[in-house]
Amino acid sequence: MSVSKAAQDNDISVCRADFPCLQQEIQAHPLVYLDSAASAQMPAAVIDAVSNYQSRDHANVHRGVHTLSHRATEAFENAREQTRAFIGAQSRNEIIFTRGTTESINLVAQSFLRPRLQAGDQVLITYLEHHSNIVPWQLVCEESGAELVAAPINESGELLLDDLFELLTERVKLLAIGHVSNALGTINPLETIIARARDNGIPVLVDGAQAVPHMNVDVQALDCDFYAFSGHKMFAPTGIGVLYGRETLLEAMPPWQGGGDMILEVSFAGTTFNSLPYKFEAGTPNISGAVGLAAAMQYLDSVGLDKIARHEAGLLAYMTARLGEVEGLTLVGTARQKASVQSFVMDGIHSHDLGTILDHQGVAIRTGHHCAMPVMAFFKLSGTARASLALYNNEDDIDRLIDAIVVAKRMFG
Amino acid sequence: MSVAAPGSDIRELYRELILDHARNPRNFARMQDATHSADGINPLCGDKLKLYFRISPENIIEAAQFEGSGCAISTASASMLTEFVAGMPTELAMQYFKLLRQRLGVEAAAVTGALDLGKLRAFEGVREYPSRIKCATLAWHAMKSAINKEPEPATTE
Repeated sequence: MSVSKAAQDNDISVCRADFPCLQQEIQAHPLVYLDSAASAQMPAAVIDAVSNYQSRDHANVHRGVHTLSHRATEAFENAREQTRAFIGAQSRNEIIFTRGTTESINLVAQSFLRPRLQAGDQVLITYLEHHSNIVPWQLVCEESGAELVAAPINESGELLLDDLFELLTERVKLLAIGHVSNALGTINPLETIIARARDNGIPVLVDGAQAVPHMNVDVQALDCDFYAFSGHKMFAPTGIGVLYGRETLLEAMPPWQGGGDMILEVSFAGTTFNSLPYKFEAGTPNISGAVGLAAAMQYLDSVGLDKIARHEAGLLAYMTARLGEVEGLTLVGTARQKASVQSFVMDGIHSHDLGTILDHQGVAIRTGHHCAMPVMAFFKLSGTARASLALYNNEDDIDRLIDAIVVAKRMFG
Repeated sequence: MSVAAPGSDIRELYRELILDHARNPRNFARMQDATHSADGINPLCGDKLKLYFRISPENIIEAAQFEGSGCAISTASASMLTEFVAGMPTELAMQYFKLLRQRLGVEAAAVTGALDLGKLRAFEGVREYPSRIKCATLAWHAMKSAINKEPEPATTE
């Protein structure tokens, strides 16, 4: 490693050793994992926390009087409190555990929006959205005769703010917008956008799945009404996610799934629902997932999200420069404000072929439409290759990526 | 900068014949007098191929053409299909589809008759890449839809 490179590496590069899954060879090459935007790897601290919970503390929550049930409940509710602190929510009542971002958004679509949506109303999204922030709104729009409208973007993959502001009319019943684009990495200027939406009395849901692993998120500073995110994008297990909702709104919303835990009293004549947050958590929750999520948040806090953001910004600049040197490679998504994600296409090599050849050299990237087909359609592409970075990546990973791309070029050249 | 040579087995997937057809697809044009046609959509990547066939009243495939965009595997597969099935009875072409699926490990049923995959053996390397089998069979799924005049586009699901 050259001196300049060592100097650029900041001290969080040691974190890589915390991730067991990264310590392996794929196709006889040390693994280079550049697909964290699809799902991030878990540090040993998270894996151990889940394992310890499963081995020592597991029981059902909010039910039993025995010791294990008490421990499980405490672990689960501690995770809720940690989540509240992590995103700066006012009250633990505002933290609903879900299966992930997708379920969080569907909850808002069904419980918040559906009852208030009428023919002629609009739901405003953007061209940048992941399918999970499109389809749930499409479903409720189709049912009510409301219209789904998408705010446009420019060739860099940035929202056209003036156009978006013009679309914020009284017909709009909700603005649903991603914090960070999963396909392009664009960071949207949410504070400006949300302030404008709220001036117009429009509630705002933020899809934060791609933001939480990369930056400090403060829902009160953002002033959004809902914020959805997933555990597995932020170094926690799959199957656990969060919906933050403003308490006054959550209070007024009907439950969306019925079952145990969300009730106070049930008779065949009717049911009295439990208070927040339990009203929205029917059935036995993903307790070990919540424990893992809490451990991941603790891990992120211990490394420091500001440090992580600086580390990733340096790496992104390096990756963008190196990819830019490759002849026949076109960068897709060149917004001024970006998280550490870079999509690209190559002349004469389909992204799936590139993905297979890279995998053969131990380099894992995502290929295809990234569940964001409208973005792909905007760029007139069927798909891209996407390299996404997390706190555990380093410049050697990027060098390996470039070397592997060169091999693919030779093969298809 | 040192570049590791690709493992020998990646060449098992991207054999010269496949790369050749991917770079220079044969019968790559819209067919004006097609009697049968169908779209093939790979939902994994959103790639779309359109297959055209001119089939005689005696169910002989007189000509096959295709258009669309896809990865090297799906493009080569479509290109080679159009050459392979030309002049063949539709029933036999379907038998070859079954045989190809069997060789790729996605068809359990035995294929009767002494059929030889011939050039299509170039795709046998795909068997080791489960995520790419759908690329190799997309055009064949579309052929099946076209022959059966199925109303919906073919998918690999």
